[in-house]
Amino acid sequence: MITYIKEIVCGVYTLFVGMWITFIHMFRRRVTLNYPRQSLKMTPRYRGHIDLKRDEATGQPKCIVCMACQRACPSGCIKLDGAKAEGAPRKALTSYTLDFTTCSLCGLCVESCNFDALKFSKEYNLASMNKDDYRMDLLKRVLEKK
Amino acid sequence: MSRDMIMDIVRLVLYVACLVGFAAFNAAYLSLLERKLPSWMQLRRGPTEVGPWGLLQPVADGLKLLSKQILIPQGADVLLFRLAPVMVAVPGILCLVTIPFSETIAARNFNLGLLMIFSFGAINVFAVMLGGWASNNKYSSIAAARVVAQNIAYEIPLLLVVISLVMSMHTFNLHTIVDQQAGGFWHWNILALKVSPMMPIAFLIYFTCMLAETNRAPFDMVEAESELVAGAFTEYSGMGFGLFFIAEYVNIIVGSCVGTILFLGGWDSPFGFLPGLHWFLLKMYALSFAVIWVRWSFPRTQFYGLLNLSWKILIPLALVNLVLTAIMLKLF
Repeated sequence: MITYIKEIVCGVYTLFVGMWITFIHMFRRRVTLNYPRQSLKMTPRYRGHIDLKRDEATGQPKCIVCMACQRACPSGCIKLDGAKAEGAPRKALTSYTLDFTTCSLCGLCVESCNFDALKFSKEYNLASMNKDDYRMDLLKRVLEKK
Repeated sequence: MSRDMIMDIVRLVLYVACLVGFAAFNAAYLSLLERKLPSWMQLRRGPTEVGPWGLLQPVADGLKLLSKQILIPQGADVLLFRLAPVMVAVPGILCLVTIPFSETIAARNFNLGLLMIFSFGAINVFAVMLGGWASNNKYSSIAAARVVAQNIAYEIPLLLVVISLVMSMHTFNLHTIVDQQAGGFWHWNILALKVSPMMPIAFLIYFTCMLAETNRAPFDMVEAESELVAGAFTEYSGMGFGLFFIAEYVNIIVGSCVGTILFLGGWDSPFGFLPGLHWFLLKMYALSFAVIWVRWSFPRTQFYGLLNLSWKILIPLALVNLVLTAIMLKLF
């Protein structure tokens, strides 16, 4: 009989403890954001799709068209081309396209670049219904970014 | 037709219209509260998009349900299938007829109001069972069997508690019950230790049984999403489902109203001044809040646990309370 009553009292007590916990949680700070209107800044080590780096002095991409990234890419999703203009000291980029549909974000291109010309972007809002949105012209991106 | 009779009919129609409006409004905004409160408890935001702070969300939900087709599954009992949502929603609204919201606001002052509420409450169970059975779906059939077992088990302690109250109040009239508790919170039935020292426990028993009778979590064995898809409501779509939903919230309101009247002194002020409608609504919504709060605090019980709780704990306690009340009444 005593254990029976003890069990009931203990059970009711634990129920009230549980309800107290949910009650105080109602007044705690919310952790979710209204996503499309608010969003979190990505952490520095986040690896989005690759992006060209710019030489701040000239405003041109740092890339010297060595083709190392194109060779390093296991999925063959990087295509770049360059040309040496009249009187210029070295080749300059004329096109740099990334086919993000096949990119696996392995980062071998960034690792292979000896001239610090590639980086990971922090873009993550990339949903689209159109495949062409993922064939990115990185040269255009870096020049437009000014 | 005499003038009195016409006035009476006009009064009746107005009351019915007001009560249906009251029930629908409460169902809509309790459903919003049911989404807002758990989201706050889980550190989320809940609906925020429709209207300021999501206040128009129930309107959007209602429009969505209204615009959907009501599908009737093959092999279903069409008549019962269509009748069940109506049968589940109407008794809840009818129960509101007897409830005195304040000294002057009550649709009808029945002498047997309490009895009427509990008898209509039983129809609700019957309707859910019919809906589940008529769906011709195995999950719904299991839910129909469960709802009967559950509600038989919980009707007993509920009525035992109410009988012990009625014994001490000598009436089924809700208005008189409230009048007898007037004059501060120490006169309320929940603290009527002179009637029975177990009254606070009786209130807890009433509240638990109310949760089970309205099929609310942690006793929502009828819906039990994780086991039975949506239980008795699986095959219902559109406003058929909507009516079940409205009925659930109206039943919560009715249960909270009866709890307020029986135990918390109705429209009586706790400190003896300014009694009125606001106190009634405050107490009633506090109880409704507790119902939602309980739902989002505890996981669903197992079916055996549900029946064990009733037969092994609630019914013995309610019986002890009944006997104690009888002894106290005889002695003092």
